[in-house]
Amino acid sequence: MALAEALVRPGTFAAPDVLPVAPPLDALFPYGGLARGSVVTVDSLTVALALLAATSAAGGWCAAAGLPDLGLAAAADADIDLQRFALVPAPGEQWAVAVATLLDGVGLVLARPPARLKASDARRLAARLRERRGVLLLSGGGAWPETTDLRIRLETSEWTGLSDGYGRLLRRRTGLVATGRGAAARERRVSAWLPA
Amino acid sequence: MSRTPRLLTLWCPDWPVAALDLDPDEPAAVLVGEDVFACSRAARAEGVRRGLRRREAQRRCPEIRIVERDEAAEARAFEPVVNALEAVCPTVEVSRPGLCALPTKGPARYFGGDEALVHVVAEATHDAYRIGIADGRFASALAARRGIVVPQGKSAAFLAPLPVDLLGRPALVDLFARLGLRTLGDVAALPSRQVASRFGAEGIAAHRLARGLDEHLVASRATAREIVAEETLDPPAETVEQLAFVAKRLADTLAAELAAHVLGCARVLIEAETDNGEKRSRLWRYDGAFTAAAMAQRVRWQVAGWLEGPVAERPSTGVARLRLTPDEVHRGAGQQLRLFDDATGSVEADERAATVMARLQGLLGFDAVNLAVLSGGRGPAEWARLVPWGEPRPAPYDATPPWPGRLPAPHPTVIHDPVLPARVVDGSGADVLLDEHGVISVAPQRISVRGGRPVPIAAWAGPWPVQERWWDAAAHVSLARFQIVTADGVARLVATGEGRWWVEGTYD
Repeated sequence: MALAEALVRPGTFAAPDVLPVAPPLDALFPYGGLARGSVVTVDSLTVALALLAATSAAGGWCAAAGLPDLGLAAAADADIDLQRFALVPAPGEQWAVAVATLLDGVGLVLARPPARLKASDARRLAARLRERRGVLLLSGGGAWPETTDLRIRLETSEWTGLSDGYGRLLRRRTGLVATGRGAAARERRVSAWLPA
Repeated sequence: MSRTPRLLTLWCPDWPVAALDLDPDEPAAVLVGEDVFACSRAARAEGVRRGLRRREAQRRCPEIRIVERDEAAEARAFEPVVNALEAVCPTVEVSRPGLCALPTKGPARYFGGDEALVHVVAEATHDAYRIGIADGRFASALAARRGIVVPQGKSAAFLAPLPVDLLGRPALVDLFARLGLRTLGDVAALPSRQVASRFGAEGIAAHRLARGLDEHLVASRATAREIVAEETLDPPAETVEQLAFVAKRLADTLAAELAAHVLGCARVLIEAETDNGEKRSRLWRYDGAFTAAAMAQRVRWQVAGWLEGPVAERPSTGVARLRLTPDEVHRGAGQQLRLFDDATGSVEADERAATVMARLQGLLGFDAVNLAVLSGGRGPAEWARLVPWGEPRPAPYDATPPWPGRLPAPHPTVIHDPVLPARVVDGSGADVLLDEHGVISVAPQRISVRGGRPVPIAAWAGPWPVQERWWDAAAHVSLARFQIVTADGVARLVATGEGRWWVEGTYD
């Protein structure tokens, strides 16, 4: 057991290449960031946007596909550089093609899958993802027909700043849970203030 | 007194098809890749449209003739038309093959008025084109579509009833539509100062167009003339390909120089010369600001029209000099080159992303791939707008100043469009209403969204009053926003007015 722990600890060998994630959300991931080549489900868009922030801050490109209703002011709040945030709001029937194409040139793609995505399309995309070393974040609803590598769930959410008729929304205390397969099989829990 | 030039525009519909010189009744389509780029009237009558896939066009019109697009051929075919116009007036400016304009000031006086000038031009071009005259480029181009002469000083009146989408700026037009601005006249009626603060540079340009003015205020021509890109070719270039190579280099140099001066160029003078003193110069116009690629393309069109055009007019020897002069510039380059000077970003990453975005546009359509620009405005629909990749992006709006009633961050992560109808009730189940003073008389207790189950409200704040059409006192609508957190932990941005409630955004 001790040996296995040592093998997967970041900084030792066997740690995969990851895209950076700022604390405290980094604790959701076995290797402290988004493993390249993986598909991650995130039920809250606020959390998803927070996961794009560190990559964007490092000058990397992000993209959003199939999310015509994404709040772009919220994306800017999350410190995403809108000049490096490609938006394909309504790819329609071409969703899988659009995401696959984006992954050719953009390292981190946030997307809402269509209601009925073919399992074969999902498998092809996952293969493309591993080959291109990108990360696909699924959020905003829709369904992925395969098991994803990691699932991040918003378990609790307590807003601050509002009372009966006074104040305004400031931020919320969230309880997040991540479960997945492989190195991520052990459930990870993080408590985070969002926006940070 | 007006400095807006009066122009004659000559336009040929479906030029890429017309240039093929086919039987006008033959259904034909010109393709770029697998998509229909232009089609003949006969094809359109069968349901063929721009943007259709080849197979779909053939399904709708089985006898259609399909031709690959050949831009050099289009330029060559238009060359005699421009030459004929230059006999009428030396300063013809070409926007693209099939569309060009000339100032009427001198020629109309010479020929005895606008109608007489139209007659002369129609005769010189064998009645094959649509011709219109109006003050300003935008009005003149629209007059040409209809084949009419708009009297002096009447461009604004001519434009007023026309729909806003003629402005050709989808994101802005969309925003105008949301604000209830349907015609160019509605846009023209907005006060200039508010347009500048609310819609930014693109809004100013659109506002100018709607009023019958030209898009940009022209900066001094002297400034423009100082920036020239020129190259002497030794040995002279005999082919369009050789010249295209030089053209690209010159265009890149010129674009960089313009960007360094923060200038946008809307008209460029391209001159090609041989050692035997033969010369072909032409003015090219571009809506907005020329990119290096667009300039290089104009050079290719021009030299193709000369070297491969009518035999009698071809030069006797190779082209020895090529010169690009920005002839009309405006401040604040609309299409600013993004300079990759920040420490973290990598040029290669940007180029890779640019490549896939362009590929996606080929796949899904130009408007399908965007970048967002933050803009001012109180309502969530106005906080950001999408600009198609490759289009000039206005500078992001500084969101701090003066939008009274605008809520600060955090912003909702989901903006509902269309908004979700809701019902907000008090403890007794009665609707909560906003009175004429913009306040609610009783605390909201439950909300139901889209006819769903009413959920208890855990916390709320507001109202933040809004007057959406702030420039139009008569259209004053009493509207207010609230933030509501329900017992299930969901926070929403809701609004009410005229007895109704709706959800504008969710903090997902």
